[in-house]
Amino acid sequence: MKDKKQFLETFVHGVFLILGLITVGCVLLITVYLIISGIPAIREIGLFDFILGDKWQSTASEPSFGILPFILTSVYGTAGAILIGVPIGFMTAVYLAKFAPATVKNVVSSAVSLLAGIPSVVYGLVGMLVLVPAIRKLFDLPDGSGLLAAIIVLAIMILPSIINVSITALEAVPKEYEDASLALGATPVETYFKVSVPAAKSGIAAAVVLGVGRAIGEAMAVMMVSGNAPNMPSLFQSVRFLTTAVASEMSYAGGLQKQALFSIALVLFLFIMLINATLNFFLKRSKEG
Amino acid sequence: MQKNHISKGRKTYILLMRVLMAVSTLLTCGLALFLVVYVLVKGIPNITWELLSTKPSYLSGKIGILPDILNTLYIIIAALVIVIPFGAGAAVYLTEYARNKKLVSVIEYAAETLSGIPSIIYGLVGMLFFCQFLNMQTSLLAGALTLVIMNLPTIMRTTQESLKTVPQSYREGAFGLGAGKWRVIRTVVLPGCIDGVITGCILSVGRILGESAALLFTAGFAHALNGFFEGLGSSGATLTVALYVYAKEQGEFEVAFGIAAILMILTLIINLLASFVGRYFKKRRSI
Repeated sequence: MKDKKQFLETFVHGVFLILGLITVGCVLLITVYLIISGIPAIREIGLFDFILGDKWQSTASEPSFGILPFILTSVYGTAGAILIGVPIGFMTAVYLAKFAPATVKNVVSSAVSLLAGIPSVVYGLVGMLVLVPAIRKLFDLPDGSGLLAAIIVLAIMILPSIINVSITALEAVPKEYEDASLALGATPVETYFKVSVPAAKSGIAAAVVLGVGRAIGEAMAVMMVSGNAPNMPSLFQSVRFLTTAVASEMSYAGGLQKQALFSIALVLFLFIMLINATLNFFLKRSKEG
Repeated sequence: MQKNHISKGRKTYILLMRVLMAVSTLLTCGLALFLVVYVLVKGIPNITWELLSTKPSYLSGKIGILPDILNTLYIIIAALVIVIPFGAGAAVYLTEYARNKKLVSVIEYAAETLSGIPSIIYGLVGMLFFCQFLNMQTSLLAGALTLVIMNLPTIMRTTQESLKTVPQSYREGAFGLGAGKWRVIRTVVLPGCIDGVITGCILSVGRILGESAALLFTAGFAHALNGFFEGLGSSGATLTVALYVYAKEQGEFEVAFGIAAILMILTLIINLLASFVGRYFKKRRSI
């Protein structure tokens, strides 16, 4: 009887241990699969030609697989989205965390979580039909889809992550700091921007890094507004991101072309791992205060 | 009196910051409002009973999205049924069993990594592993399994949070009465994590509903009308994938806006539900 009970306990413990380890298994599975399927094409093309090659002609009779345009487009696109999205998100976060009355805060917060919940294809659709024609008209271009449209869509899409993480960081600032500053005669605006914001800087940095991760990983919305031609990045030209490069050719690719797509995914994955590590660094620092 | 002490430079700074904050906040709200109103105004007139209740027919050239609605439903059900035990189980392990700090931090790091991976990579690995290696072909089941991995961290986190609110004294009381660990978990811990699981489910449903990149290569594009089990085995587009295909590849913007409006309404409902449930559980806990 006792043995049976003991056995049951060990068995249940084992089952929960396995369930607990599933996340680790999934991460390993994804990493291993991406490396195994991504390496062959890089070997065949050559690491140097693959990463730094500036021509992507996957279907030409003499195909060339250089992904520098995709890497640069992803980097520029993300940088642009951060440049627009971070100031707006940051200012909104400071207002919501420190100034807004409770009702205003509730209303704006639900608007923010709505922005977070809208599917990326809906962003893409609205971008296609509102933003792209607007850019075409405004700058008198033959086609409005391109890097600029993608940057604007991405900037809007990363707003919720930036706002929410910054608010959490700002609300964690000890009230004593602010009280001390107010008591010394600083106005609320000066206190919150010159005392609270520096105190929360690790958390705000984490918000920015999270935004970078979101922007670089977004595929569908960008695919619908960026035009999708493998050009070197320029604001008004049709461009292709790392994510959209994978998505746009996957359905019909075969052979080396398909393997090259896996290699692009591997490059994207490395970017994301780097960003995750940075994010964890800042989150840890902001927890330590 | 006090105002006299504030120099002109400081006044300008304060004014500038106030204006910037106001503009940013208004812009954020304005964008959300614009998106909702624009999509609903453009989309709702296109939602007809015929659109909702038929499948696309090449003969009559009409488009219906019933199969896409059903596919979305199937994939949500299948993904949730699989992810709940896994995610909740992992959370129970972390809060109740794990004694090894290193192992806990490895598992938590893995969960964070999973939530940072972009969906297009999930789609790719899902295609390689589920569709090709496990030979499921492009099917709703392969899509659902891919989404299970994506949503694992969400369910895990919400369950963990609710488990932390189960008072330690409950567990000690049960142990003191002679209950074994499994019995304590079954009778004390698991009932306490229901609110976390429900919150996690709502968040996951929202995420699955909006997901497209991960499903493109795992669940496919087909619009066939199927039953649940038959549907899981065959390829099918969810609402988001259908929106993408109709907008980008076929230029059927009316249908795309119809779907967008449906998605927008569902997103609104899910957001309301999430905040309502959050408030309800918070209130119940404080009693």
